[in-house]
Amino acid sequence: MSTQATVHQTKWWSGGKSPFNLEYGKLMMWYFLMSDAFTFGAFLISYGSIRFSQNFWPDPNVVFNAFPGAGHANLPLAFVSVMTFILIISSVTMVLAVHAGHKGDKQGVIKWLAWTIVGGLAFLGCQAWEWHHLITGEHAVLLDGKIQMIGQTTSMNPWGQLIEDNAALTAAINNTSHETLVQLIHSHDHTKSLEQLAAMPDTQLRGMIDIAEMHVREKGPVAFGGYFYGITGFHGFHVFSGVVINVIMLLMAQKDVFKNRGHYLMIEKAGLYWHFVDLVWVFVFLCFYLI
Amino acid sequence: MEHQHSVVSPEITFEHHTSDEEFRKRVKKTTILLSVITIIELAIGLSIYTIHKGENPNAMLVLMFKGVVCILTLAKAYYIVSVFMHLGDEIRNMIMTIVVPLMLFIWFITAFIYEGNSYKNLRNKYDQHFKETTMPKKHGAESHEVKPAEKSGKE
Repeated sequence: MSTQATVHQTKWWSGGKSPFNLEYGKLMMWYFLMSDAFTFGAFLISYGSIRFSQNFWPDPNVVFNAFPGAGHANLPLAFVSVMTFILIISSVTMVLAVHAGHKGDKQGVIKWLAWTIVGGLAFLGCQAWEWHHLITGEHAVLLDGKIQMIGQTTSMNPWGQLIEDNAALTAAINNTSHETLVQLIHSHDHTKSLEQLAAMPDTQLRGMIDIAEMHVREKGPVAFGGYFYGITGFHGFHVFSGVVINVIMLLMAQKDVFKNRGHYLMIEKAGLYWHFVDLVWVFVFLCFYLI
Repeated sequence: MEHQHSVVSPEITFEHHTSDEEFRKRVKKTTILLSVITIIELAIGLSIYTIHKGENPNAMLVLMFKGVVCILTLAKAYYIVSVFMHLGDEIRNMIMTIVVPLMLFIWFITAFIYEGNSYKNLRNKYDQHFKETTMPKKHGAESHEVKPAEKSGKE
């Protein structure tokens, strides 16, 4: 069988040589990553299939528009771009750690692995914030003839279409509970505290509501939450296990395990896994946030 | 440069590690490339948002932008796998055992997207309730999307 690598004059398949001229562990890591790619691929394709079966799907720029510390500012794509850059940079530091390993540079390996771990933890922190923000969010949705404040969960999706039928909204406001009215007004008008609003009678509260301002939505496709939390969660789990692997590599390098072994190839395998995590994020980013 | 692989196994003779200088240049170039592609993707994402917000969203333009983003993502994936994961430096047979099975994705994506779309069309045809309750209303329904109703209280 001919190969492009004939420069090396190696008869790959005649015995005595590794067919792919590759270390066993590294080759198996590649095959594991390929199978993992199919797992992620299946999840994302299933998401795509469901999405194509719907007439309406929430616009990601509307769903993901928050930034830590920015309050209610509308900043579509801002936070997720921070997360993306964190992963890209941590991928670069991993490349540098692997390269330091090739040179047998223990201090270099430790330094760059440490930065990679910091990047991984930063990413996980960002994801935790984003999940928390989505789950605890309070968005006005017209449900069962009244307005309710709900967050994004696996059983509820507040990102349906905007309701522009003012008559329906007026009727819904008359059925809306006292607590929801207070929340609804408070989310647009910060001149009164929650306590002050809570003390007012319902009739007065209803009078304060400007329907055009409320942006009340229908409920959106339920599958959105399950897919979002499922796939980003599965990816987050990969990031977490990657961080754990990197920490183990760091400790082993620290204890001179690789130095005594004579090579730092284990770092290379951990590196492959880490880059794969970045690779998957590229596609998760595409499917959930961009299109 | 030291020959590390021979320590692992005498069977492995293929060395593809480059000099420090060249390595640094390559990593720098790839990092910049990945960052630039990501920034372009973000710009396109924001353009899609602006188009959706406008009076008459141009569906073809949005579709084209989404296609461009998909292609850019594939380019990013190529650079990560080829440079960062060094797959491009392995021998061809090895590359093929990874890349050829991934070709399944072409069928996988096409078939399932088609399936989803076909299900939607059938439901719209035979399930009027589904059609009436989920079909987006015309006249730029998202046009007032300056600031969606947000959660109140604690941040």
